[in-house]
Amino acid sequence: MTEPAPFRPEPPAASPRAFVSLRDVHKSFGNVQVINGVSLDVARGQTICIIGPSGSGKSTLIRCINALVPVNSGSITVDGIEVNDPKLDKLALRRKVGIVFQQYNLFPHKTALQNIMMAPVTVLKQDKAEVEARAHALMKKVRLSGKEASYPGELSGGQQQRVAIARALAMRPEVMLFDEVTAALDPETKKEVLFTIQELAKDGMTCIVVTHEMGFAREVADHVYFTEGGLIVEHSPPAEFFGNAKDPRTREFLSQVL
Amino acid sequence: MLRLRDAFSLPLVSASEGALRNWRRTERAGLAALLVVFVCSSAYAATVVSGHDSIPTVLWRWAPLLLWGFLFNLVISALSMALGTVAGVPLGIFQMSPNPLVSRPAILVTQFFRNAPWLVLLFICVLLLPFELRIGTLRIPFPDWVKAVIGFALPAMANVAEIVRGAVLSVPSGQWESAESLCFSRRQTMMQIILPQCIKRMLPPWMNLYSLITMSSVNASVVGVTEMLTITTQVHAAEGSRPELLAPLYSFALICFFIYSYPISKWTEYLELKYQVKE
Repeated sequence: MTEPAPFRPEPPAASPRAFVSLRDVHKSFGNVQVINGVSLDVARGQTICIIGPSGSGKSTLIRCINALVPVNSGSITVDGIEVNDPKLDKLALRRKVGIVFQQYNLFPHKTALQNIMMAPVTVLKQDKAEVEARAHALMKKVRLSGKEASYPGELSGGQQQRVAIARALAMRPEVMLFDEVTAALDPETKKEVLFTIQELAKDGMTCIVVTHEMGFAREVADHVYFTEGGLIVEHSPPAEFFGNAKDPRTREFLSQVL
Repeated sequence: MLRLRDAFSLPLVSASEGALRNWRRTERAGLAALLVVFVCSSAYAATVVSGHDSIPTVLWRWAPLLLWGFLFNLVISALSMALGTVAGVPLGIFQMSPNPLVSRPAILVTQFFRNAPWLVLLFICVLLLPFELRIGTLRIPFPDWVKAVIGFALPAMANVAEIVRGAVLSVPSGQWESAESLCFSRRQTMMQIILPQCIKRMLPPWMNLYSLITMSSVNASVVGVTEMLTITTQVHAAEGSRPELLAPLYSFALICFFIYSYPISKWTEYLELKYQVKE
């Protein structure tokens, strides 16, 4: 894996190797400042984990990356596309960025296979037979072959979440965002979802993972970011992060969750 | 479906089922009372009056005409509801448009017709609409009953719009979010993802509204449309306005509406329960 960009409090221009780059991003909802100047770089093929206490702005941060939430200031680029731009081509951006949510958000009136096929067929107008073949392959990839005709209500939480991953992958994204995708799952089904993400990361997908799963972060991440109060307090490779955290806030958080 | 219910809300469901059972008992008692009133008043009238046709004979004689009038009520209410739905669904969607030039007028129209008395709207439509439309040499007649249909369709439209809006707002915001992240446009999201999920939610209140419109279709008699209530009054006059005929004749009308509406309300109740458990 490529070496992570060093953390700089005063952000310079994006590193040329970065595929996703955030520079001094600020976001507030009304008077509440949620993100207070976050900068980070993710190289192509890299997996980063963002951890931190609830309400530290993690979910908002990754929603900013695919423009679901508009930022107030700062710069976000994905493969050279500037997200904080009023003339942003959202379609072009979102084709590159897949996202999976905590609550799965599958379309309940469509089967698993239809959920996966819907966006490529109706939005991208791709050939239905070709998309269907790809959807079957994706179902196999997330180890849900045989469940194609099931409706989301008939699947377990872990199965729904894997369908949601397959649905995002059907758009052939270049970076995947995961927003606490295992937070609503029980320990058993968590494993299968985390394993699916791990496989994706191994295959070279660029992944930005907001998670509370420390074991997963330690094992899979190339770099770990710790956020609190809308700031990145500390970031380092996982071995260093979990073995030798420097900031007292990180150490306190880790002592509570580990 | 059933397992979920057992696991999560057994005490709640059994409590409400107890209430439901009580309610059903009351309901059956009410139904019986209605029949008793009808039968007793007929029997009473039959015993007291002599030298006239008996009440069953009178009812039998006029039943075809009365039922014809009732059919007319059903036609008026069905057409009003159809028209109200066709206009109300887009109106409900327009209310939620991000463009204020679309949403503001839609909200205004909805609120205006939702908060207007139905009878007043009916009067306005029947009295102010022209009796025919002339397009060049073509004349389209506009009889009173058509105006009445429009008069009922206006409040139906506003209420359907609110039903649609409520249903759309009840879909979790995560559905919008995930559709947006999958590049769906607002329109595609609404038509292919949100509205299909709304049909189930809209059906019970929509049927309830239809039932209300059917009941209020008798208001058309006030503006001179020859529907069941009008005919009942005329039948009573034709039979010499005998006071003992009042109860049987009007009870007959009541029972017709009841027999029609009761299954609808039962079905609505069933659907509400079904969808509530499933979701």
